[in-house]
Amino acid sequence: MTFNSVWYALLITAATLLVSYPAAYFLHYTKHKQLWLLLIIMPTWINLLLKAYAFIGILGKHGALNNLLGAMGMAPHQFLFTDAAFILVAAYIEIPFMILPIFNAIEELNEGLVNASKDLGASGWQTFTKVVFPLSLSGVKSGVQAVFIPSLSLFMLTRLIGGNRVITLGTAIEEHFLTTMNWGMGSTIGVVLIVAMVIIMLLTSERQHRKGRVIHRA
Amino acid sequence: MRKFKWSNLYLILTFIVLYLPIGYLILYSFSEGERMTNYRGFTWRHYQELFADPRMIQIVLDTLIVALLSALIATIIGTLGALAINNTTRPSMRNTILSLNNILMVSPDVIIGASFLIFFTALRLPLGFTSVLLSHIAFSIPIVVLMVLPKLRELSGSLIDAARDIGASNVQVLKDVIIPFITPGIFAGFFMAMTYSLDDFAVTFFVTGNGFETLSVEIYARARQGISLEINALSGIMFLFALVLVVGYYFVQQGQSARKTKKRGVTR
Repeated sequence: MTFNSVWYALLITAATLLVSYPAAYFLHYTKHKQLWLLLIIMPTWINLLLKAYAFIGILGKHGALNNLLGAMGMAPHQFLFTDAAFILVAAYIEIPFMILPIFNAIEELNEGLVNASKDLGASGWQTFTKVVFPLSLSGVKSGVQAVFIPSLSLFMLTRLIGGNRVITLGTAIEEHFLTTMNWGMGSTIGVVLIVAMVIIMLLTSERQHRKGRVIHRA
Repeated sequence: MRKFKWSNLYLILTFIVLYLPIGYLILYSFSEGERMTNYRGFTWRHYQELFADPRMIQIVLDTLIVALLSALIATIIGTLGALAINNTTRPSMRNTILSLNNILMVSPDVIIGASFLIFFTALRLPLGFTSVLLSHIAFSIPIVVLMVLPKLRELSGSLIDAARDIGASNVQVLKDVIIPFITPGIFAGFFMAMTYSLDDFAVTFFVTGNGFETLSVEIYARARQGISLEINALSGIMFLFALVLVVGYYFVQQGQSARKTKKRGVTR
């Protein structure tokens, strides 16, 4: 179960990162940045449960997605209560939390470096892989931190969307505390979760120290 | 130019995906049917049902009271905490406190909820309004600290020295110099604390007991039973409310950044 949970969290984080990085990158080059950013933040102000609830309607047996497929002449599928649905909805919920730190990191990046790299003859792709991406890595790391840890513990989604098929650490804790009343076991899993959290924080915090040192030197 | 267009397309697609579920919910809150499939004619019926449901109104009021109270108390405690952290002279001490604060920020809701459940049970505190309020205050304090601290760092020591030189007492320095300067941070902290409280499900779910419910818990309970369009109507209202909050927060932030650019202009 622990392995499963970590695996799902990894998948969710990867999916979120894949969608969010380009979005954050493009966002940096838009006009009216603040407004766009506000539009990204806005969905996070809608209650999590409501968003999960919306997906029950969209993915359900007679929901919007199946209607759409039906209109295109395809047979209805079971979307709700699958692992894929769980990952999709979890990624959807976490996207803004990934975009924000990456966007901030790209914002802080010195535009002069990008220009310098282009002056020295780097192609757009080279500039991106050698300059922009490494320098925005701190944002990616805090984004991963902000997504991975909650993904280990999202228990309402496993119930509402995953249909109890997906069991994460969070689900297990909730079950032991509130259903089976086995608080000892619940706390033990909680400790596992805390250990996972500490590992993630150690893996992702190394960069920030280095950044701090640079600031001190300046 | 072409590449630019592609990036805009990507952004627009992202936004559509982000807003689709919310729009879907609100659209069906006006549907004449009983389920979230096959839109049928416009109606206000679900909103009327919602407003005629005294239990629901009680829950909404409870949620708002918890959010406002917990945000208020957390803002006071968090601001005082930020002041104290700012006053610590030893860097190691400050870093320790800040890391402890950050750990609270990133620890999963489930852990916080479960710990509070154990804590309240050990204290023999009955679960209900008090326990929910206390836990909301507790998880909001770190975010207030994080919002207020940067403002305190911006405050230059010479301002305080100047105030002291012309004979201000400690209370006067706090009241007339420090607090006005960090007010934007305090407001941002208050807004964030309120959002956290309104949005929280996991922690509340653990410590709520039987008698007391907040919106999230109620929505969870109802969503598990299946679809009821009353929830859609409720989400329409909550979306409107969030919109108002976002606009409020936006103006606070705009005010902050406007002041920042003005200052930058002066130093240049």
